[in-house]
This record gives sequence, C-alpha cells and structure tokens, in this order.
Amino acid sequence: MSEIKPKSLLYLDNVSVSFDGFKALNALSFVIAPGELRAIIGPNGAGKTTMMDVITGKTRPDEGAVFFEDNIDLTTRDEADIARLGIGRKFQKPTVFESHTVWDNIELALNRKRGTFATLFYNLSKGDSARIEEILETVRLTARKDELAANLSHGQKQWLEIGMLLAQEPKLLLVDEPVAGMTDAETADTAILLREIAKTRAVVVVEHDMGFIRDLGVRVTCLAEGSVLAEGSLEFVSNDPRVIENYLGR
Amino acid sequence: MISAFILKSLDRNISVCIAVLAAVAFIVPALNLLVSTESIFHIPTYAVSLFGKYLTYALLALALDLVWGFCGILSLGHAAFFALGGYAMGMYLVRQIGSRGVYGNPLLPDFMVFLNWKEMPWYWYGFDHFWFAALMILAIPGLLAFVFGWLAFRSRVTGVYLSIITQAMTYALLLAFFRNEMGFGGNNGLTDFKDLLGFNIQSQGMRASLFAASAIALAIALLISSAIVRSKFGKVLVGLRDAESRTRFLGYRPENYKLVTFTISAMMAGIAGALYVPQVGIINPGEFAPANSIEVVIWTAVGGRGTLIGPIIGATLVNFGKSIFTAQFPEIWLFALGALFVATTLFLPKGIVGSFRQMSRSRTTRKRADTPEHLQVDKVGDKGANLPAESLAAE
Repeated sequence: MSEIKPKSLLYLDNVSVSFDGFKALNALSFVIAPGELRAIIGPNGAGKTTMMDVITGKTRPDEGAVFFEDNIDLTTRDEADIARLGIGRKFQKPTVFESHTVWDNIELALNRKRGTFATLFYNLSKGDSARIEEILETVRLTARKDELAANLSHGQKQWLEIGMLLAQEPKLLLVDEPVAGMTDAETADTAILLREIAKTRAVVVVEHDMGFIRDLGVRVTCLAEGSVLAEGSLEFVSNDPRVIENYLGR
Repeated sequence: MISAFILKSLDRNISVCIAVLAAVAFIVPALNLLVSTESIFHIPTYAVSLFGKYLTYALLALALDLVWGFCGILSLGHAAFFALGGYAMGMYLVRQIGSRGVYGNPLLPDFMVFLNWKEMPWYWYGFDHFWFAALMILAIPGLLAFVFGWLAFRSRVTGVYLSIITQAMTYALLLAFFRNEMGFGGNNGLTDFKDLLGFNIQSQGMRASLFAASAIALAIALLISSAIVRSKFGKVLVGLRDAESRTRFLGYRPENYKLVTFTISAMMAGIAGALYVPQVGIINPGEFAPANSIEVVIWTAVGGRGTLIGPIIGATLVNFGKSIFTAQFPEIWLFALGALFVATTLFLPKGIVGSFRQMSRSRTTRKRADTPEHLQVDKVGDKGANLPAESLAAE
C-alpha cells in the first residue's frame, strides 16, 4: 500500500461518512505535503467541517483511509492521541478557556506531557515561561496576559486560540474559518500571521472569505457534496465552470 | 517534588483557613477539657460533638466541590461515599464490642445472632483491626468511584445524565443496605459502639479527640485540594469543565482527569463518613438517602462552588441553622432549606465566598484600569494591530 502513497503529511483516500443516510463526505481524497499551506473552500454542507472531524478523530469514517506522515493510521486513534501526534485544530467559534487567564490558556496548550501525573507535579520552567512570552508576543496579547480570556474581544479570542495552536507546536494545523466575525483590519492581520505560521508547518484553512484567500495566495481545493470539485490556484479554481455553478455562482 | 506541590497550594486565603482549622483543633478541645465547667470559656461536650459533626459535613462538601466546582461533575450521590466510609468505621466499632453485646456472643455482632447466623460473613473479616478498617475507609469508596467513573466517563456521560445515575447509585445502595441478608445490620444499621482504639467512645476525652481529628482531617484535605486545583492538573480540570472538547484537541484525556479527581473526592468523603460515625454513634442506611446527597449540593452552593473554602463555610452555617431550626420549629426546616437554595441561586449565584471574591476582584481591576501604564501598553497594542491593516487597505 505504501508504494501508491506519495510522500505526504496528510493523506485521505476515498473517505466517506454518512449521517442518517446523508453523505457528508463522498469518496473524498486529497493529499497535503509537509509544510504546505492550503485553503479549502466550498458551499455550506460541502463537508468541510466533517472532513476536519475525520482528521482529528472526532468522527470515524465509514470507509476510506486517513494517514498522517505516510503510515500513521488516524482512523484508529482518538482525539487526544491525534493532538499529541501533532495535529492542531482551530474551531469556527473561538473556543478558549474563558475562566483562565490568557497566560494559563497558552500554558495549557504548551506541547508538554499531558498525563494526569505529569500535570499534577508540573513546574513552570524558565524555558517554558520564555516560550509562552514569545507566543504572547507573536499574537500581540502580552499586555493582557493576566486577564481572563472571557474579557477579550472576539478578534483577540481568535488570536489567543491561534497562539494556543502555536504552543501546541503541531506539524499540521487545521483552521476553520479563522476570520469569521473579524473586522477587515483583523482579517488582514490574520492572513499575515497564518502565512508566518505556515513557514514552519503545514496549514489547512477552511474559509468562505475570498478576499482572505486571495491575501493568503495559496493552492485552493474546492469541495462540494463531500468530494473534491477542483484543485489549483485561486484563479484556476474560480474559473472552473463547475465551481462557478456550485459555489461562486450562487 | 511533593513539597513543591504542597507549597504551591498556599495562597493567602487557604493559609488563613488552614491556620484557623489548626487552631480550632487545639483550642476547642482545650476549652472543653481543661477549663472548669463554671467558666464562661468552657465548651460543653455536646457542643464539641455537634461541631465535630459539622466539620465532617464540611469535609464532605469540600469533596463535592472538588468534582462539582472544578470538574463540572454534579454528583448527586456523594453521600454514598460518605456512608460507605461510615460503614467501614462502623464495622470496626461493632467488632470492638466483643462479648459486651446484648446477646454476649464473643464472635458475632448482635444483629447476626438475632438473624440466627452461625458464622461471620467473609467480608467482615479483618475489621477487628483498626489499620484494616482505615484502609477500607479509603479503598471502598475509592474503588466504587473508580469503577463507576471509569464506566461513566469513558462513555462520555456528562451533565444531567451523569447526575441522575449518581443519584441512582446512592438509591441502589440505600435499598441494598436496608436488606438484612446483606449483613450490615439492615434497617437498624450499626450502633451501640463501645470503644475506639481501646478508649471509651462516650468519654469526654474521646469526643474532644474526634473533634480535633475532624478539624485536622479537614485542614489536610483542604491543603491537598488546593494543591490539586492550583497545579497544572487543576487548570486542565477547569478547562474541561468549561470546554471539554477543546482539552481533547489539546491532547488531554478528560476522562482520566475526571476519574482521578472523582476517586480522590470519594476517598475524602469516605474519611468524612468515618469521622462522622463515632461522633453520632450510629450508621444506618438512611445515610444513603438521595436527599442527603442533595443537601450536600446545597451547602456547597450556599458557600460558593469552586472556591474550596466556601463549601466549608456553607456546610457549617447551613447545619448550624438546621440544628437551631429543627429544635425550635421542626416543621418549617425543609421550607427554610428550600428557600435558602432558591435565594442563593437568585441572589448569590456564586455563593457567599464567590460573591466576596468577585467584589474584591472588580475593585482591583478598577484600580488597575486607572493606572496610566496599563492604558499606554494597551494603546501601543492597538496601534500595532492596526498598522499592517491600514497599509493593506491602502493597496
């Protein structure tokens, strides 16, 4: 089986998922190369979120194969395992720990041992503390590090969540609609930040905002009805007649 | 490692509370034993026992706060762990009666003679040793919580469903312990205790010692709980209470965290029960009643959920109120308790301690907002965030 798989970070082959007869994913296949930045577009119900659920272990596929780093079968692992392998996920709605401070949010996300015993006797080392400072600097929340995450604005929560993902040090980052509900200024900033992050790891961004995708300037995959409709540069994909009919034309 | 773990637990409030408990553990017995009965400083023995009982309730409420306040598990069956610890202690105390029982049987407790049993059931073996009983006080509630939690948390049962099955668990135990053939004294439970560790259980010295032991147990439990919630482990707990799936995607296994906490909490409840039984002199299946577990929830809510100190205050105050009410106007106590719960939910949703903390916190943030340095930093941050945006918008 390994001969037919190209050198890949993430490899989905023929993945199908159905909920009560509705095919959320229909023989979906695509490959993400190490270090790649990829945007995924598609109309509502195209299966974008389900695809992320399958990759992160939240949903088990009915059929098909999902491999990480060529030979790690993700369909047999749970969410915590997959996160520890190095796949980070950002949700559509910013989900940060509201009753924790900004600092504690990052500390919890930091890529350290996650067992009950290890956390019970964890001591914040100088190195860890410097790393947290560095991440806070990157997401521009240093000034608010001691505040409860609940008190942040919507955009700041999105950034905090991105900071948490950085702390996780994933090899692959899945980002679901990162700029939903952001102001134009924040949207443009986020594009810069994501490009920066993608320098050191693979990032998959699901987004509706075409302007944002243009800012990112990356390879685009268009999903519709649970499978890949077109793939290529934004110009190429947006000129595809099927994409226009299914998505852009609406 | 351990000392660093414990040291971290000591913030100002917790230190004060532990110091108060430690002081109470010595001063109250001293005022009872050493001061003459005519002095106004003398504390009568009945009061020592009564407050000793409140301390065990406080320990039970603290145990509940650990799972409810920090894990978000609303256990409506915590009195079951309390009762199991109590039964383990009760079994030891029954074995200490020896041949002084009504039937004078040197081997079998009275209720077994009454039921015409010829020999002691296997699960009563070992309870004539205090160390064995002490081990069981921790092991039985801990094991039940572990098995129950393992099944429930692995299947991701949460919220109200979890509350209902904890309630079912305590109810099932209530029915089981009512049965004579279970071998725990049925309806009457275990009573007529004589000695504890060779000393008369009714004696003034023993009463005072049990009070001191309860206060010290509570102080130690508070220290351990505080260390747990202030560690990174505790931060994960609060994280999974607020956004469980987020912790999963960060690589934590919430079920393991809940299981560890639930088991520790059940063991604390077991210790509370074991200290309660010798002070009230009886343990019977009534302690498993679902209403008891719900009362614990009320104490915790009144004092302040998720504050550790709140439940201690809540349990003491509510039970003090209960003692007064049930003596003066027994028929309205339940109404008063209900009204208290409604009033807490409406006017003090964070409980007594939680509301105090909120007030002091809002005062400090207001103070901080006034400092120019803070404003300055914020402005720089805003400008930084806007700069690239403006340049991009211009393109």
